[in-house]
Amino acid sequence: MILDFTAILARWQMLLDGLTLTIQLALVTTITGFIIGTLCAVARRSHVVIAARAATIYVESIRNTPFLVQIFIVYFGLSSLGFSFSPVAVAIIALTINVSAYTAEIMRAGFDSIHPGQWEAGECLGLSRVQNYWHVALRPAIERVYSSLTSQFILLMLASSMTSQISAEELTAAANFIQSETYRPFETYIIVALIYLAISLLMRLVFWGIALLAFPRRRRLGTNL
Amino acid sequence: MSIVMLKDVKKSFDKLQVLKGVSFSVAPGEVMALIGASGSGKSTALRCIDRLELIDSGEIVVCGHRVNDPQLDLRKLRLDVGIVFQSYNLFPHLTIEENITLAPRSVKKISRAQAREIALASLAKVGLSEKAQNYPEQLSGGQQQRAAIARSLAMEPKVMLFDEVTSALDPKLTGEVLKVIEALAASGITMIMVTHEMNFARRIADKVIFMHQGYVHESGSTDILTSPRTSELREFIGDELH
Ligand SMILES: Nc1ncnc2c1ncn2[C@@H]1O[C@H](COP(=O)(O)OP(=O)(O)OP(=O)(O)O)[C@@H](O)[C@H]1O
Ligand SMILES: [Mg+2]
Repeated sequence: MILDFTAILARWQMLLDGLTLTIQLALVTTITGFIIGTLCAVARRSHVVIAARAATIYVESIRNTPFLVQIFIVYFGLSSLGFSFSPVAVAIIALTINVSAYTAEIMRAGFDSIHPGQWEAGECLGLSRVQNYWHVALRPAIERVYSSLTSQFILLMLASSMTSQISAEELTAAANFIQSETYRPFETYIIVALIYLAISLLMRLVFWGIALLAFPRRRRLGTNL
Repeated sequence: MSIVMLKDVKKSFDKLQVLKGVSFSVAPGEVMALIGASGSGKSTALRCIDRLELIDSGEIVVCGHRVNDPQLDLRKLRLDVGIVFQSYNLFPHLTIEENITLAPRSVKKISRAQAREIALASLAKVGLSEKAQNYPEQLSGGQQQRAAIARSLAMEPKVMLFDEVTSALDPKLTGEVLKVIEALAASGITMIMVTHEMNFARRIADKVIFMHQGYVHESGSTDILTSPRTSELREFIGDELH
C-alpha cells in the first residue's frame, strides 16, 4: 500500500475552512454550554420544585439519547416549525443543548461538594442565595470539577464532527468531501484525525492557562481544594 | 430595651424537642455566657437567634427584628447579627483580606478601597494584620478562627454570637482566641457566647445562662458559677473542671 497525501494537502484551504468552523463551534458552545449547564445545575438544586423537575427531565433525556438523533430532532424540528436556520446555527443549538446537560451534572457535583458550613457562613454575612452561588460556591466548585469539565468540552469539540450530517461545513464535512474527490479516504481521515488531535492538545493548553488565571490560590500554594 | 429577647421559644427536630420554652434577654453591651451539657440546646438557641433554624412557637426579637415574622427582612437581621462557629468556615479560595471584604462589598456595597480599610482595621483588632494576603489554609486553627471573627466584625454587627469557638483548638491556640474575645467584650459590644471555658466565662461574662434538657435551668450573674443554686449546675461545673 502506498500512501499519497499530495492530493489532500493540495486542498489545504478546504481543510483550513473546516478547521476554523470546528474551532468556532467548540468555542461558542463551550461558553454557551457552560453558562446554560451551570444554570441547570442551580435549577436542579433549587427548592423550587418545578424548576428542579424541569432541569432533571432535560438533563436525563439528553444524557440518555444519542447525540446524532438529537441533531436531527433539532434540525427537522426547527424546519417543521417553520424556522429556517443555517446548518451552522442548528449545529450550535444542538451542541449547546447536548453539552449543557452533561455540564449540568458536572457542576451539580461541584456545588454539592461545597460544605454546608460555607453556604451558611455566606448566609450569615448577609449574602443572598445568588450572591452565595456567585461569590462563595462557584469558583471552588469549578476548581474541584475542572478536569471533568475540560474533558467534557474536548469531547464536545470532537462530537461537533457529527454536525457534518446536517452539512455544517466543519472539519469532518471537509474530509468527507475531499475523500470523495480524491478517492483517498484513508489518507484523508488520517490527516483529519491528526488535526483533531492538535485541536485537543491546543484546548488542553488553553484550559491550563485559564486555570492559572482563575485559581490564584492553587497557582500560589499548589494544593487542591 | 434588650438587644436579644427570647420568650418561651420552642423548637423540635422531628420528634425530638430541643428547646422546650426558653426565655432570656440580653441588654446592650452585655456579655452573656451560655453554658450547659452537650445536647442541651445551646447551639440550637443561637441558630434560632440568627434564623438559621425556624422556631415552632414563642417569640424572638433581635435588634427590633421579629425573627419569626414571615415578613422579616432577613438581610437586615443578618446585618445586625454576627455569628462565629466552631469550624471557622473561611472561604478557602479567597485570601484573608478577600474573605473579610466580600460581605462589606457585596452586601453593603462599600467601595473596594473603603472595604480594604475596614478589613485591615478588623484584622488589626484580632492581631492578624500581616496575614491579609494569605489564604486560610496557610493559617493555624487559632489564626483562622481569629480571621473568622474579624470577618464578622467587619460588618459591624450590633450583637456577636460565638458558638464554642475554641473547642476545635488545642489549648495553646485557645488562649489567643479567648484574648481577642475578651478585648471585644471590653470594647462594649453585645455578645452571647456558648462556651465550655468556665474560668473564661467567669472573667468576662456579665450574665450566665445554664441550659439543661431544653430549658434555662439556672441564670444569674457569674456568681452562680462559684455558688450554683441547683444540683444540676453544681454537677455540670464539677464535670467541666475535670
Ligand atoms: N439539624 C438537626 N436535626 C436533627 N437534630 C438536631 C439538629 N440540630 C441539633 N439536633 C439535636 O438537638 C439536640 C440539641 O443540639 P444542640 O446542638 O443545640 O446542643 P448543644 O447544647 O449545642 O450541644 P453541644 O455542647 O454538644 O454543642 C441534640 O440532641 C442534637 O442531636
Ligand atoms: Mg453546640
